[in-house]
Amino acid sequence: MERTIYRELKPTPQLWFVAFGLVVVVVAALASVIHVEHRGHIATGMTNQIVWGLPHVFAIFLIVAASGALNVASMASVFDKTQYKPLSRLSGLLAMALLVGGLAVLVLDLGRPDRLIVAMTTYNFSSIFAWNIFLYTGFLAIVAIYLFAQMSRGVTSEVVKRVGLVAFLWRLALTTGTGSIFGWLVARPGYDAAIMAPLFIAMSFSFGLAVFILVLVALFRLSERPLSDQLLYSFGRLLAIFAAVVLYFSAVRHLTNLYAAEHAGFEAFILAEGGFQTVLFWGGQVLLGGVVPIAMIFHPTFGKTRQAVLLASVLIILGGFAHIYQIVIGGQAYPMPLFPGYEVSSGFGDGAVAQYSPRWPELVLGLGGVAIALIATGLGAKVLRILPTNLSDANMERQGGNG
Amino acid sequence: MSREKLSGAELNRRDFLRSGAAVATATLAPGVTLMAFGGSEAEAAADAGKRWGLLIDVGKCAPDCDACVSACADENGWKGQGNPETDAQWIRKVTLKNKATGHEASMPVMCQHCEQPPCVDVCPTGASFKREDGIVLVDKHICIGCRYCMMACPFKARSFVHEPVVNQKTHAPRGQGTVESCTLCVHRVDAGGVPACVEACAATGNGAIIFGDLRDPESEISKRLAEYPSVALRPDLDLNPGVRYAEL
Amino acid sequence: MIRVVLALLLLAWSSGAMAEERSSLWPDVPAATGEPHPEGNEYWRKNHMALMKHDRDLTMHLGDREIGASLKGCFECHTTTNASGKILTYADEGHFCRTCHDFAAVKVDCFSCHRSTPEGVEEDAQHAAIRPEVPGGEDGRNEILAYLQRAAGKEAEK
Repeated sequence: MERTIYRELKPTPQLWFVAFGLVVVVVAALASVIHVEHRGHIATGMTNQIVWGLPHVFAIFLIVAASGALNVASMASVFDKTQYKPLSRLSGLLAMALLVGGLAVLVLDLGRPDRLIVAMTTYNFSSIFAWNIFLYTGFLAIVAIYLFAQMSRGVTSEVVKRVGLVAFLWRLALTTGTGSIFGWLVARPGYDAAIMAPLFIAMSFSFGLAVFILVLVALFRLSERPLSDQLLYSFGRLLAIFAAVVLYFSAVRHLTNLYAAEHAGFEAFILAEGGFQTVLFWGGQVLLGGVVPIAMIFHPTFGKTRQAVLLASVLIILGGFAHIYQIVIGGQAYPMPLFPGYEVSSGFGDGAVAQYSPRWPELVLGLGGVAIALIATGLGAKVLRILPTNLSDANMERQGGNG
Repeated sequence: MSREKLSGAELNRRDFLRSGAAVATATLAPGVTLMAFGGSEAEAAADAGKRWGLLIDVGKCAPDCDACVSACADENGWKGQGNPETDAQWIRKVTLKNKATGHEASMPVMCQHCEQPPCVDVCPTGASFKREDGIVLVDKHICIGCRYCMMACPFKARSFVHEPVVNQKTHAPRGQGTVESCTLCVHRVDAGGVPACVEACAATGNGAIIFGDLRDPESEISKRLAEYPSVALRPDLDLNPGVRYAEL
Repeated sequence: MIRVVLALLLLAWSSGAMAEERSSLWPDVPAATGEPHPEGNEYWRKNHMALMKHDRDLTMHLGDREIGASLKGCFECHTTTNASGKILTYADEGHFCRTCHDFAAVKVDCFSCHRSTPEGVEEDAQHAAIRPEVPGGEDGRNEILAYLQRAAGKEAEK
């Protein structure tokens, strides 16, 4: 019987090459932050109509994926799925890294990033944003403790399970908070819906696992460690189920809106007449990010290949970006009514769909957040004993037998 | 250890600033006289017994007139760069057209100074706040520029400053990276005056905007509201705005 | 670069030599007009920020406009002019606030929103308060090198 042995990543040239590439992206992102701070947000495509743009799409994706990335650890320690246990360290690390990356984007896009200390010291507790500051920092702290408990010799599995339970409940609260940023906006027809919270939780399960799969495979390939195909297939099936849950909540969201005459205009915008937004919804979110990966995973032959799982993960991430883009930008682009029964028009785009064309600085900043998350993950795996040395099929079976 | 002490000192300094009490002086800076502050006994101008509001008579508002908008821009120094998407828009003229009847109305829309302002609810730092007398403002000293208030405002009344600013008015500071909106010309109101838009509208002869205290039943605005029908924008949200529209 | 180092060395030497006296970089606070502060300058030098912060909240949140410490009030007396009599903005090193704040290396955030001159005195576009477009300021006199050279020159005069 071989026990699971965790070892740091070995510094191979490939690893350094990847790290260098990521650092370049981060440097470019910081340069774009300075550029925007210097010239003002006029340097971006964001306006007084589309006040949140690409940076927020990236930030929300990363934050949502962060809580989802913790699922593997939760399944192992809270729900006793022992086959995932060897990966729960990576799961915790990736969750923290993604959250840090997302928060970095959010914070660096502020109009006054130099005043971050104000956000940390002055609170308005009727704001879900203020609560989220605690949910995010609390998440980092709890997952850090969780990780520590997993990695310490003296901590019993009972304690790990309890800490894991707290972390799991906290991540549900965190994603509820993120969804409520939109769900509690009463003014805009595209938001103001309680379903935003569970929708975001479903999204987190799906996006988080997709990112986890890709990072897992990449790290194992970079460190040339064997990885079980069976494990990947089981992740793939989970991923397909999560993607289906996202589709389900989306369907409920839009069907509910369709039923209410007051939301008919917004639904027509997203589902039929919104041009790019409609393409993003049907082509991006539903087809690429939902139907196609689900079909791939459940395909009797192709579904049992690594390629299927990896491709499905990539598609779900792309579809996820489309989904969040359509929530964030689409929700703002659709005009707000001013008075019931009246059409509005003005020199400030009242009554008209707002246009948004992102520019380089905001795209680079968003990619920088992704790079920060990946660097943090790699660095964690480099200095800590995060990754198991051997997850070959044979080893997994032996462990399962003794589990 | 020093938390209580500090707040004590804070209190003392405040008393000192307001009343010039000699005892307080010693705690602040020993041996310092306080002549400069001695006279400062002015009452705070934001009075909880008042609620400032506007009544806009849409019937009197001329479609091609934007005197209120340019008066506001002059008064508060927010002249734009010719790009409506990113320029400040503290007040704008909108045209409403009844979908069923085709009836058109032109009117100014600015911050509605809600009693239940969504922008104040969502602001993470409390930079968005409502004064005792109902005026909704942004405290730019603690605004971090997150723009959540702009997401929350049903009236698109708030603007984010997209570019560096120079030559601000002394009474209307505004700067890059913070959010701003109509202040109901709070500097004029505190001095007992009326907002610039109201003055400009009266000067054109239209007289479509009335300013006054909604809590005072004897004020002109209260009398007019009691006598004639009026509406609030976005009545579905039940925010009880301080800005009302008549003849819509 | 080498000149910066030399200037720094010169300064280090001179400040060591005159340890008894104040550094030559000690700011020459520009004279103000109007009545002096009854509390004395030392008190205001030390406490001006606390006073302004306290009073700004009174105005901002309570609408109290009869306050003791406001930027508008400061510039009634504390403006500085250049050789040709032009009132200086915060973009210039000679601005009243900058004489001490540059020395103390404390960044002033006020002028990202507030004007740095009395009302009616034009601020040019270069006064982009958060980060001036031209780090050197007008005629390059704000360059760190120029600053050090001037300081070294003052030292040599002594």
